[in-house]
Amino acid sequence: MALDKEFNEIPGTIVFDAEQSRKGYWLNQFCMSLMKAENRARFKANERAYLDEWKMTEEQKQAVLDRDLNRMMALGGNIYFLSKIGATDGKSFQQMAGSMTGMSEHDYRDMMVKGGRRIDGNRRIGEDGDAQRPQKDPAKGR
Amino acid sequence: MARITASVYTSHIPAVGAAFDLGRTKEDYWKPVFAGYDFDKQWMKTHKPDVIFLVYNDHATAFSLQMIPTFAIMTGPEFNPADEGYGARPVPKVIGDPELASYIASAVIQQDFDLTMVNEIDVDHGLTVPLSCVFGEVKEWPAKIIPFAVNVVQHPVPSGARCLALGRAIGKAIMSYPEDINVHIWGTGGMSHQLQGPRAGLINKEWDNAFLDRLIDDPKGLSQMPNIDYVREAGSEGIELVMWLIARGAMSDVVAGGPKPKVAHRFYHVPASNTAVGHLILENAG
Ligand SMILES: [Fe+2]
Repeated sequence: MALDKEFNEIPGTIVFDAEQSRKGYWLNQFCMSLMKAENRARFKANERAYLDEWKMTEEQKQAVLDRDLNRMMALGGNIYFLSKIGATDGKSFQQMAGSMTGMSEHDYRDMMVKGGRRIDGNRRIGEDGDAQRPQKDPAKGR
Repeated sequence: MARITASVYTSHIPAVGAAFDLGRTKEDYWKPVFAGYDFDKQWMKTHKPDVIFLVYNDHATAFSLQMIPTFAIMTGPEFNPADEGYGARPVPKVIGDPELASYIASAVIQQDFDLTMVNEIDVDHGLTVPLSCVFGEVKEWPAKIIPFAVNVVQHPVPSGARCLALGRAIGKAIMSYPEDINVHIWGTGGMSHQLQGPRAGLINKEWDNAFLDRLIDDPKGLSQMPNIDYVREAGSEGIELVMWLIARGAMSDVVAGGPKPKVAHRFYHVPASNTAVGHLILENAG
C-alpha cells in the first residue's frame, strides 16, 4: 500500500519511502561504505574511480561529484546516509542542511538562532512560505 | 517484582554530543541547552534506576538499507559507541541486561508485537547523547541499559497508536519480571527539525509544546495523530517523536489505568544546531 499522497505535498521536502529507497539503494550503500577510514581515503584519492565500483546511475554519480545534496535526495538518497559524504568532507550537519536551502552558512545559522524557519506558509505546496522554492525536483516520481 | 518508576524524554541531537565531547558546554550557544539537564543530576540521585529501557533510532549507522527492522530489542551483554564518521564518541560502553531483555522480548512477542532481536550492535548518537545529557561526564553509565531501536528513517514508520500499544506491552512485560528492580523507560529523538531540502531548519514551537502537553495529559488522544502531521508540522525528521509514545505507553496510567504521572521536569529550547530541544521527566504515581 502506497503512502498517503499528502506526503508528497509538503514543500521543499522529499519523504524517504520504499520507492525512494529502491531508487537510491546503491547511492545510500555507497555512502555507508564511507564509514570506514580506508574507503574514505580511496574515495578522496579518486572519487570517480571509487564511484564506478558501485551500481549507481550516472546521474547519481554526477550528483555526488557535484556535492548536490538536493539532487542526491531526489535520486533516492536519504539524509542520514548522505551525511557520510559530508563527514568525509569535514562538514557538520548544520552546514549540510543549510547548503540545501540556498542560504549562506551564516544566514542559515542566524535563522536557527532566531528560532528557525517558520511553519506558516510551509505546510503545503502552493502556500506562500520561504521553503516553496526551488520547486520539487522533477526526477522525483519519475 | 520489577517497577517502572519514571519515564524520561529527550532530544538526541548529534551536535549536542559533539559540544559535550569537545568541552564546549559552557559556551554561550550551548549553555542554555545543557542547563536544561541540570535538574536531572540531582533527581537521579534520589531516583536511580537499575535498568534503563532506552528507545531510540539508528541513523544509518548499524542498520543500512541492507536490513531495516521496524522494532529491534538489543538482547546482548554490551554495546560500543559507534563511529559515525567523526570517530566514536569518547563515552563509556553500554552494559546491557540480557536476562531482562530476553524476558521482555518473549513477553512482548507473545503480546503479538513481532520484535527483531539483536545481540551485537554499535549504538549511535541516538542512544549515547541522551545518556550524556542526563548523566553528564561519568566513568561508567550508572545503570544497565536495554537499547530498543525503531525505524523512523524509511516510511512507512510505525504509527503513534502502534507505538503507544507497544509501550503498554513493554510496560506489562517489565512489571511481571520477578526481580525487585527499578526500571526507567526513555523515549528519545525530536523535537521539530528538518535536515533536508529547501525546508531545512523548520522549527514549530507551538506544535512542539502542544505535543508535550498532550503527551503528559492525553497520550491516547495524541497517539491517534497520523504520521503525516508529524512530518508536515514538525519536519521530516520530527517524525522521531513517535518514539516518545513507546515510553509514555509503559507508564502505569496507560498500562493499568489510574492517576496521571507527575511532571518532575519540563524543558524546551531552540535551537541546538538544526533542532528544537525538548526534555521531560514523568514519575509514576504511587
Ligand atoms: Fe535522531
